[in-house]
Amino acid sequence: MIGQIFSLAFLAQTIRISVPYALASLGGVYSERGGVVNIALEGIILNGAFCTAVGTYYTGSPLVGILCGVAGGLFTALIHAIVSINIKADQIISGIAINLFAVGITKFVLGILFHSSSNSARIRGLPHIYLGFIEHQRDVAHLLGNPMVLGTIAIVIASQVILFKTRFGLRLRSVGENPEAADTVGISVNRYRYYGVLISGALAGLAGAWLAFDQHSFTDGMSAGRGYIALAAMIVGKWNPLGAAAACLLFGLAESLQIQSQGGALPTQFIQMIPYVATIVVLAGFIGKAVAPGADGVPYEKEK
Amino acid sequence: MNKRLLHYSLVFLLTSLSLGLQSCGKPKPSGPPNSEVGLVFDVGGRGDKSFNDAAYDGLVMAKDSLGIKYQYIEPGGGADRESALRQLASKKSVGLIFGVGFMFTDDITRIAKDFPDKKFACIDYTYDSTKAIPSNLIPIEFREEEGSFLVGAIAGLMTKTDKVGFIGGMESPLIRKFQVGYQAGVKCVNPKAKVLVAYAGVTPDAFKNPAKGKELALSQYSQGADIIYHASGVTGLGVFEAAREMNKYAIGVDMDQWNEAPGHVLTSMVKKGNMAVYDIIKEWKAGKFKGGMPAIFGLRDDGVDFVYDKNNKPLIPKSVYDRVEQLKQDIIDGKIKVPAR
Repeated sequence: MIGQIFSLAFLAQTIRISVPYALASLGGVYSERGGVVNIALEGIILNGAFCTAVGTYYTGSPLVGILCGVAGGLFTALIHAIVSINIKADQIISGIAINLFAVGITKFVLGILFHSSSNSARIRGLPHIYLGFIEHQRDVAHLLGNPMVLGTIAIVIASQVILFKTRFGLRLRSVGENPEAADTVGISVNRYRYYGVLISGALAGLAGAWLAFDQHSFTDGMSAGRGYIALAAMIVGKWNPLGAAAACLLFGLAESLQIQSQGGALPTQFIQMIPYVATIVVLAGFIGKAVAPGADGVPYEKEK
Repeated sequence: MNKRLLHYSLVFLLTSLSLGLQSCGKPKPSGPPNSEVGLVFDVGGRGDKSFNDAAYDGLVMAKDSLGIKYQYIEPGGGADRESALRQLASKKSVGLIFGVGFMFTDDITRIAKDFPDKKFACIDYTYDSTKAIPSNLIPIEFREEEGSFLVGAIAGLMTKTDKVGFIGGMESPLIRKFQVGYQAGVKCVNPKAKVLVAYAGVTPDAFKNPAKGKELALSQYSQGADIIYHASGVTGLGVFEAAREMNKYAIGVDMDQWNEAPGHVLTSMVKKGNMAVYDIIKEWKAGKFKGGMPAIFGLRDDGVDFVYDKNNKPLIPKSVYDRVEQLKQDIIDGKIKVPAR
């Protein structure tokens, strides 16, 4: 039983589930490190998935699809950026409005383009990179041969470097931590906050692209709460790219465990609880205090 | 000042857009009192290629052959269901109101009591024999377990690994009927076969998570199952995706789902929601509306069935088909009792 659960297939499944979490969660890190709370991730994922499906369907090219997904994410994030950075509105309210908006607009356009309220037409998936030596292991080959898996790992590592080893990262963190200080040394707070939110839009849009390709279509409400789980992972990971990615792997592991252990002796309701219990245990037991960036969620008002 | 104004108008625009898009009622000039039929869709709404579409089809049939007028509402979120029902019930011209889906059970019971001079019907109502049903409400029940039994028999006869799977959406008494009937069907023809069972969740969201459905199916296929039956709404689209990827079979539900993965859909268990809606409108129009008791649509009433047509004929051997037709007759004749829980 144990051997059957912890197999290569199990490992591959864990990573497949974790990829969209990780992308969105990294997005959250960029946005909040810059001082803008982004609960709009859920809606951005949904719009990203939708734009990916539409782009791929009409051009037949998954590459164009990914670009459309990223563009959709960027555009949605731009709304959030304008509302929360320029207009200085409550960032939570803006996020909720965008999430509601995404549910409505995707369904509306879905009806116009595909005459369905549930799913789009079938789209092509991402091309599979052929890895000769490992093709006999179907699960692993499918996983490693997927360009987005390798891309996600690269983005995680690059983000850690960008945030903590580059001038851009230092500036982004400074406008999230202490915008007054950043402002006095001549860093444009608003501009860096825009960068943070827009990068988060692009990444969450990619998360949506993953979902659309995995499913070979867009289906209504397919983000299914992943944006919120990504936010939780970001907090568990203490606003660090590597930490957030590790937390996503943990959530993926718990979900995969929940899938594999169904139909056994335990009742489903109990098994469905595993990911959430894991979250609470990790949050309360191992991580210790998670401290948000100093100016997270606070609009910056330049002194006159 | 300007900024604040812009801010308010933007938030207003966003919320009104999103709320407005979700509930597109269909305003129409109203006719004479109690002459029209109203219908509230479940999540998914029109175009879901499933039982919402089936219910809508019933409305259209009634319009074409009985000449009735109808109006409908597609609610967005959970709380909208009750207000949508109430909105239709408050209209003078509407006399009969349908709720589509078991999620309506509590709301429609309450509203039927509030509007005693209107008639109500609810598809997939969760019937509880200990609670009284208002006399102006018909719970519409399908014998899903009977249809599921037949597709289970097909799976049991056709599996090469003696392992088949079942994937449910939200764990609930309704979906359990599908599971139990299916398991009984498999065991009836192939006692040594094993049925793997998984559910996508315990909330209504479990009906719209195809990525989860795909992972559940991949895991069942890799455990050796070669045929999976799903009763999970949109989540099931992920099951078909997994069937394509693994080159295995899946069994559809509610409507003929062949087109979701041609060549991989062995058959589908169809629920004829259109017939149920049409029948009830017809009786209501003839003044023979009988509330307070569930209206039951089983194999005998042609309310459920399995698909066997030119598409999937090449997949199912004649001997299997004959055997399943025999089982169907046995159920109709009462020789086989299919369990539902």
